[in-house]
Amino acid sequence: MLVKLKIFRFDPEKDEIPTYQTYHVEADPMDRLLDCLNRIRWEQDSTLSFRMSCGHGVCGSDGMRINGTCGLACQKLVKSFKEEILIEPLPVFKVVKDLVVDLGPFFEKYNSIKPYLMVTTPPPDQEREQSPEKHKIFEEAIRCILCACCTASCPVNQNKETENYVGPAALVRAFRYLFDSRDEGSEERIALLDHPDGAQGCQTFWKCTEVCPKEIPVTRQIGRIKKRIYDAKQPKE
Amino acid sequence: MNFQHDVIIVGAGLAGLRAAVECVGQADVAVVSKVLPTRSHSGAAQGGITASLGNEEEDHWEWHFFDTVKGSDYLGDQDAIEIMVKDAPRVIYELEHMGVPFSRTAEGKIAQRNFGGHTRDYGVGPVKRACYAADRTGRVVLDTLYDQCLRHQVKFYSENYILSLLFEEKRCVGVVTYDLPTGEIHLLQAKAVLLATGGCGKIYKTTSNGFASTGDGLSLAYQSGIPLQDMEFIQFHPTGLYPLGILVSEAARGEGGFLRNRLAERFMERYAPTAKDLAARDVVSRAILTEIREGRGISGKDYVHLDLTHLGEEKIQERLWEIASFVRIYLGIDPVYDPIPVQPTCHYVMGGIPTDVDGRVLMNERGSIAQGLYAAGECACVSVHGANRLGCNSLLDLLVFGRRSGLAMKKVISKLEPPVLSADPLRIVEEKIKKLFDSKGAEKTDEIRKKIQTLMMEKGSVFRNEEGLKSGIEEIQSLKERYKNIGVGDKRKAFNFEWMEAMELNHQLGLAEVILVSALHRRESRGAHYREDFTGRADRYFLKHTLAFQTPKGPEIRYKPVKITRFQPEARVY
Repeated sequence: MLVKLKIFRFDPEKDEIPTYQTYHVEADPMDRLLDCLNRIRWEQDSTLSFRMSCGHGVCGSDGMRINGTCGLACQKLVKSFKEEILIEPLPVFKVVKDLVVDLGPFFEKYNSIKPYLMVTTPPPDQEREQSPEKHKIFEEAIRCILCACCTASCPVNQNKETENYVGPAALVRAFRYLFDSRDEGSEERIALLDHPDGAQGCQTFWKCTEVCPKEIPVTRQIGRIKKRIYDAKQPKE
Repeated sequence: MNFQHDVIIVGAGLAGLRAAVECVGQADVAVVSKVLPTRSHSGAAQGGITASLGNEEEDHWEWHFFDTVKGSDYLGDQDAIEIMVKDAPRVIYELEHMGVPFSRTAEGKIAQRNFGGHTRDYGVGPVKRACYAADRTGRVVLDTLYDQCLRHQVKFYSENYILSLLFEEKRCVGVVTYDLPTGEIHLLQAKAVLLATGGCGKIYKTTSNGFASTGDGLSLAYQSGIPLQDMEFIQFHPTGLYPLGILVSEAARGEGGFLRNRLAERFMERYAPTAKDLAARDVVSRAILTEIREGRGISGKDYVHLDLTHLGEEKIQERLWEIASFVRIYLGIDPVYDPIPVQPTCHYVMGGIPTDVDGRVLMNERGSIAQGLYAAGECACVSVHGANRLGCNSLLDLLVFGRRSGLAMKKVISKLEPPVLSADPLRIVEEKIKKLFDSKGAEKTDEIRKKIQTLMMEKGSVFRNEEGLKSGIEEIQSLKERYKNIGVGDKRKAFNFEWMEAMELNHQLGLAEVILVSALHRRESRGAHYREDFTGRADRYFLKHTLAFQTPKGPEIRYKPVKITRFQPEARVY
C-alpha cells in the first residue's frame, strides 16, 4: 500500500520557520511507522533527521507526535492509519532539527527528583528482603522507558506559565522509589515533591496515562504520591 | 573542542556504566555514547542474570562453571569463567543493594527461573539460576546504573559518535568524536580508554539488535592493529519474532513454553532428549532451521511456533509482560491464546577484542598488553562464552568485567601523567571527514548495507560451508571497492545521520569480512559455528582461539591456545 506522510521539517542552519513536507512511501500494512521514516531517509531524502535505536519500544528514542498524539514510531503499524499521517516532533521541548528535540531539560527534571534508592542502614550480606506484594506496588512504574511522551503530552508542561512542572515521567520514577519498601528517603522525597512544580503541579488531565506506550497508570501514581504527601502532613496521634 | 579526563568510557550500556560507577569519585570519568542515556542496547535484555544463589533450589558455582564451559563447546577460557561464576552472587547482591527491582519469591528473596543450558549436578536436569525482573531485566539494571551515575555525577557526552582511537607511542591516549547536536569534532584525551561499545548484529538482516549495534568499537580496535578474537562465533537466538527478528526471551521457554513444528510436534525432544527446549541456543537454532529445511515450518514458511498457551494469562502478564506486548503490537495476536511465530535471529557476537580478566586489551597471541586501552562487554572477548554463550551469562559478563575494568583503570591512572599529543589528531580526522563530505561518489549507504545484510544471512549465519564463505568474502571485497565511491548527500553538520551511517557502514564491511574469513579457516563445527562440510568438532586441530589481524591483503588468521583448568573437553549432548 502507498502511505502518505506529512512531516514537520526544521533546520536551524537555514530555516527561519518550520515547514511541512509530504512524502509517499510504499509499505506493507504490518510495517512500523519507523520503517516508513527510514525508507524516506534511506531512499528519498537523506536530510530528514529523527532518533531511533531498538526499534521495538524498549529504548524510548523515537517518541514523536503522530496525528496529534505522542507515541513511539516503532510501536505504530501502518495499517492502523487511514489517509495521510501527520508527523511532528514532541511538543514542550525545543526542536533541534526536524523531529529531534532537545531532551536536556527532560533529563534535568528527571535528575531533580533524586532518582536512586536512598538507604542509610548498611545492607545485609545477601539481598534485602521484599515481599512479592511490596514489589507489585511499583511493578508498573518500572516499565517506564523515559520516552518523554507523557511529559510532552501534559497540558501543564505545555502551558508556558507552568512549564517548570517536573512532569509525569519524573514523577513515575519518584513513585517507583518512594513506594519501594527498601527506600529510607521518604522524608527528603516528600519535601522535594510537595511543591507547585512537583507532584502538586499535576492537574489530572490524564493525558500522560492515555499516551504511555508501556500502559503505566501515570496519573493514578501521581495521585498516590499526593496522598502520601497529605498523609505525611497529618499530625501524628 | 578539546576535553581532558582521567578515564574515557565509550558506550553507556551495562559494561560502560558499571565501569563508570566503579571509577567515579576516585577518577575523573566521562562516558561517551552515540545515543542518549538509557537508549543503549543492554536495555533490550529481557530474561535475567545468572548466579548460583540457590534461592529456589540447590545450586553451586561449580555447576554454573561446568554449564558455561560446556555451553561454550569447551572454547571458553576456564580461568576467566571461574572468576565470573564465583563473582556472580556478589554481583546480584550488589545490584539489589543499588536498588534493582528484582522479582521476588514468596519468601521475599530474589526470584530465579530456568534458562537454556543451566543445569543442576553437571547436566542432570534444569536449575533455576536466572535472577530476573519480569522480562525487562536489562532495562531496569540499565536504569538503576544510570541513576547511580547521576547520583555520583558522572560526566556524559551523549550523542557523541566515536571516530577514532588516539595512540601516542603505542599508548591509547583518547578518542575523537563527532558531536551530533552541534556537528563539531571533539578531542577527548584520557589516561585510560574503555571500549564498551557492544555488538555488531546489524551486519545481519534478521537481528534482535538495535540500529546502533554496528560494531564501531570492534572495528576501530581492529583498524588500530588490535586483533579480533573468535569472530566466527555469532549467536543466533532461537526465538526471534517472525518476521521482524525482535527478541522473544528464552524466559518464555524457561517459564514452561515450548516449540512446535507444522505437525504440532514438540520437535526439540528429538534434538536434545534431556534438556529439550532448554538446550543451548546454538542447538535450538539449528534444530528450528533443520525443521524448516525439511518442510516442517508452519504453513511452509520460514518459522515455527513458540507455544505459551498452556501457561495461563496470569503468568504471562506477570512474568512475560513485555514479550506479550510485542506479540500483540507487531503481530496482532495474543500469546495467551495463540502460538507465537518465531525464527532464529542474530543476537550476539561471542568474539571480540581480546582482553585479560581485568579488561586490558591484548595485542597478539603472546598476550602483549595495549597500554591505556581496555574493553568490556559484548565488544570484548575475555573469553567466557567461547563458541556459544548461555542465556543470562551476558549481563553477568558485562557487570563482572565492567567492574573489573573500572578497578584496573582507577588503579593505574594515579601512576600516569596526562597524555601529551605530538601531532594534531583532529586534523587527520577532519581531513577524513572532509573527504567523505566532498566525495561526489554515487554509491548509497543503504544499498551496500542491504547487500551485506543479505549475504551474511545466506553465507555467514547458522549453516556455513566453504563454497558459500569463499563467495561471501569475494562479495564483501567487491562491496569494499564500491564503498570507496560512497557519497553523502546531506552536507549539513548537526544530526547528520546519513554521514554517521556511512561511517558505520565502513565498520560493518570490515567486520563482515573478519567474520567470514575466520569462519572459513575454522574447518570444524563448534558451538554457534556450524560447517556443513566439517560437521564434527575437531579438538585436535581447532581447540584454539582465532585471532584476525588487519593487513592490506585482508584479515590474517593466527591462533592462541584455550585455557583449560578443570573440565576436559567431552562430547556435548543436551
